[in-house]
Amino acid sequence: MKILILGAGQVGSTVAQHLAREEANEVTVVDIDAERLQEMQDRLDIRTIRGPASHPDVLARAGADDAEMIIALTDSDETNMVACQVAYTLHHTPTKIARIRATEYVQVKDLFVQDAIPVDVVISPEKLVMDYIRRLIQYPGALQVLDFADGRVRLVAVRAYYGGPLVGQELRNIREHLPNLDARVAAIYRQGEAIIPEGDTVIDADDEVFFIAAREDIRQVMSELRKLDRPARRVIIAGGGNIGERLAAALEETHNVKLIERDKGRARKLSERLDKTIVLHGDAADEELLRDENIEHVDVFCGVTNAEEANILSSMLAKHLGARKTMALINRPSYVDLVQSGAIDIAISPQQITIGSLLTHIRRGDVVAVHSLRRGAAEAIEAVAHGDERTSEVVGKKIEDIALPPGTTIGAVVRDKQVIMGHRDIVIEAEDHVILFLVDRKYVPDVERLFQVDVTFI
Amino acid sequence: MHVKVIQRVLGLLLMAFSLSMLPPIGVSFWYDDGSALAFIAAFFIVVSLGFVVWLPARHDHREMRARDGFLVVAAFWTVLGMAGAVPFMLSENPDISFTDAAFEAVSGLTTTGSTILVGLDGMPESILYYRQQLQWLGGMGIIVLAIAVLPMLGVGGMQLFRAEITGPMKETRITPRIAETAKGLWYIYLGLTIACAMAYWLAGMRPFDAIGHAYSTVGIGGFSTYDASIGHFDSHAIELIAVVFMLIAGINFALHFVTVRRQMVGHYFQDPEFRTYALIQTILISAVVVYLLFTRVYDSGTDAFVKGIFQAVSISTTTGFASANFSAWPGFLPVLLVFSSFIGACAASTSGGIKVIRMRLLASQGAREINRLVHPNAEIPAKLGGRIIPQRVLDSVWAFFSVYVALFVTMMLILMATGLDQVTAFSAVAAALNNLGPGLGEVAANFQGLNDLSKWVLIFAMLLGRLEIFTLLVILTPAFWQR
Repeated sequence: MKILILGAGQVGSTVAQHLAREEANEVTVVDIDAERLQEMQDRLDIRTIRGPASHPDVLARAGADDAEMIIALTDSDETNMVACQVAYTLHHTPTKIARIRATEYVQVKDLFVQDAIPVDVVISPEKLVMDYIRRLIQYPGALQVLDFADGRVRLVAVRAYYGGPLVGQELRNIREHLPNLDARVAAIYRQGEAIIPEGDTVIDADDEVFFIAAREDIRQVMSELRKLDRPARRVIIAGGGNIGERLAAALEETHNVKLIERDKGRARKLSERLDKTIVLHGDAADEELLRDENIEHVDVFCGVTNAEEANILSSMLAKHLGARKTMALINRPSYVDLVQSGAIDIAISPQQITIGSLLTHIRRGDVVAVHSLRRGAAEAIEAVAHGDERTSEVVGKKIEDIALPPGTTIGAVVRDKQVIMGHRDIVIEAEDHVILFLVDRKYVPDVERLFQVDVTFI
Repeated sequence: MHVKVIQRVLGLLLMAFSLSMLPPIGVSFWYDDGSALAFIAAFFIVVSLGFVVWLPARHDHREMRARDGFLVVAAFWTVLGMAGAVPFMLSENPDISFTDAAFEAVSGLTTTGSTILVGLDGMPESILYYRQQLQWLGGMGIIVLAIAVLPMLGVGGMQLFRAEITGPMKETRITPRIAETAKGLWYIYLGLTIACAMAYWLAGMRPFDAIGHAYSTVGIGGFSTYDASIGHFDSHAIELIAVVFMLIAGINFALHFVTVRRQMVGHYFQDPEFRTYALIQTILISAVVVYLLFTRVYDSGTDAFVKGIFQAVSISTTTGFASANFSAWPGFLPVLLVFSSFIGACAASTSGGIKVIRMRLLASQGAREINRLVHPNAEIPAKLGGRIIPQRVLDSVWAFFSVYVALFVTMMLILMATGLDQVTAFSAVAAALNNLGPGLGEVAANFQGLNDLSKWVLIFAMLLGRLEIFTLLVILTPAFWQR
């Protein structure tokens, strides 16, 4: 696919890196910063064009007339919108994705439609990150919580601990332990190595277990793998930027939320906009401030400022002072490896979260959701099966008979809002949403092929 | 630096290059010229050499850094020059020394076209074919070809591509994927070669000569299958065909790519480099033709006209075909033509020399300086076709030019120290460094009479010219080898 990426910022460059890794994609990146482009060009097999991303001549030079997708990720919402408009008007680009930060735009109905502002998909990394953190707070103990089928099914990563009833047991006993509900283990990571779960696989302490279950069953499954933490009540958010503000607004009704903001004016503004949140003006790494706010009784500390180093340090300090769980927003993958599950509990990578929502539109076949996992090495995909026995390689087949590529498991099937776990004898029907877990991203094309309907099918 | 990565890529490239020995084997059997054994042996020598280099490093899949890329390209061209010499050494006709064989192979691969062979008319066809083929492979760049067909080079391919493609601005890609860019360039190259061969054949060459000369015309090489070069055919039609294809091959291939992709031709004249190239060619051709007519070198006006155009284009694009003995032309013509080869043709074409775009940037730098003296307070950016040229590019052009001149002078002095006269030394170094081919004085027809030291200096000059100096020079600096 020929893809145009506008903006070589953090999200833009991560997206370019992900997409260029896949052989089928031809990526062109546009930005005004020549140095940043040069650096990217040295590292990745892409073409770069320098210039203002929304200008028609720049888009034309970047090959917009035969691009199949344009992803506008510049800092400015307005540039992104205009670029999509220009690409649509002059080049009829089929798929246009734009990052829109300001909620003011997104809230309005009928704005992002073909005859107004032709943006097919609006993504807001801030909102995605906020949702992600909210789900993590909802399930204390989870390392990752990802939605499928509109949240009916969730993929959850947890670290198994001694004392969890299932730890030390074979997977096939899961049914005896949990007679009333159904869950499937999609993958287990032991010391960074993926293990494909079979019936006789034993869960060890310290394993990172990815399981799939219906939303309402998740807490119970988690309790089998580790002592369940009590639900989070008290939350401190460090950083009152876009993410911090949204997160506070989303949590303040149900949780006791405090927000620390450095900038006096910004803190004042936040306090006007947020009703129940206590907005504190100060430095998140100020030990006195944290002690005054009873950091030792805080359930979750979220470092979400713009500066990742500050996030890491303030989270480490909070942990040291007794906060039960700490999360930090970290952009650099190398930092994630340094601090994840050691100094801090959960590292949140905005690019990783954003990339999944973009990959959804790049995958061939009818793919509803893609989540990129483990720094992009693994992927979870929700795909829709179409066709019939003759034209599809999955419809009408039992799960055990489907020729899945190595390292791939079918976790669950969603049929008309009903969640069915991916046991061997389930027969896939047309229009089923199938949720797959791929340990190795390189088999994604094989999965895409599985779900593509034979061309003779009309 | 990752020695293993370099080793792996080098081994792969050598094995790939060994395949180029196969067509000459076919030619040899077809004409039954008795040289097949040399090529069969050469094939096995090169393929096993590549295999031995590749084998211990075959599992190393790390990515190449920019530094590794330089070393791979420089090492590959050097090793290739030697590997390419193997058939010349093994064959009984011609029976030449190692130095001569290396000279011939490097001259072929770098599209220089200087030869140490005499009596080409009586050589085995397979040897003749092999020489032409070397020029063709070297023209667009054998590494560019490898990038197009070997997907395993991956991202590292870009580092190699940058080190081999010519011109000051190597970042302008015609497609997002480097492999696609390389493929695009080679398709155009192949297409031009086929068209050129057909044209030659229709103009009366036999197919063997048509293909061979098409190789060295589109590759801007200059090797011929006859001692008398293109002059052997004594045909105005053939000379004019050669002129057309040399001019086309001297244009930036990215422009040709746009022509093929978008089916239009208007963009040529929007390209500032092409406009300068056209202007230079027009002036040069007119000067040569008018001077030839004026001095009555040829009896017939048509002769002066065709020979003038042919020789001007052949030398200025650095091809080096001859239809007349231009070194015996009167007045300033011989030196003018050798000087024109310094300019060469466009960047990212198959020609040698400094390249039109660099010359144009240097000229506009000069104009800028004058303007600054007239208007001391003026802000005068360097522009090309309405776009501002980054200072980094200007710096590199200046550096290129000064190093080019310095190396030229040094090598010319070495050649004179070995006992050559000034005209011979000057033109031999120019012919080698600009990848031109024929020189003046003793080297007007061929380079056989030179001493071995001179030949090795010229081999080095040819490699410098083809790899645009810095790729080769950088690996000779201590800083490159420091960790």
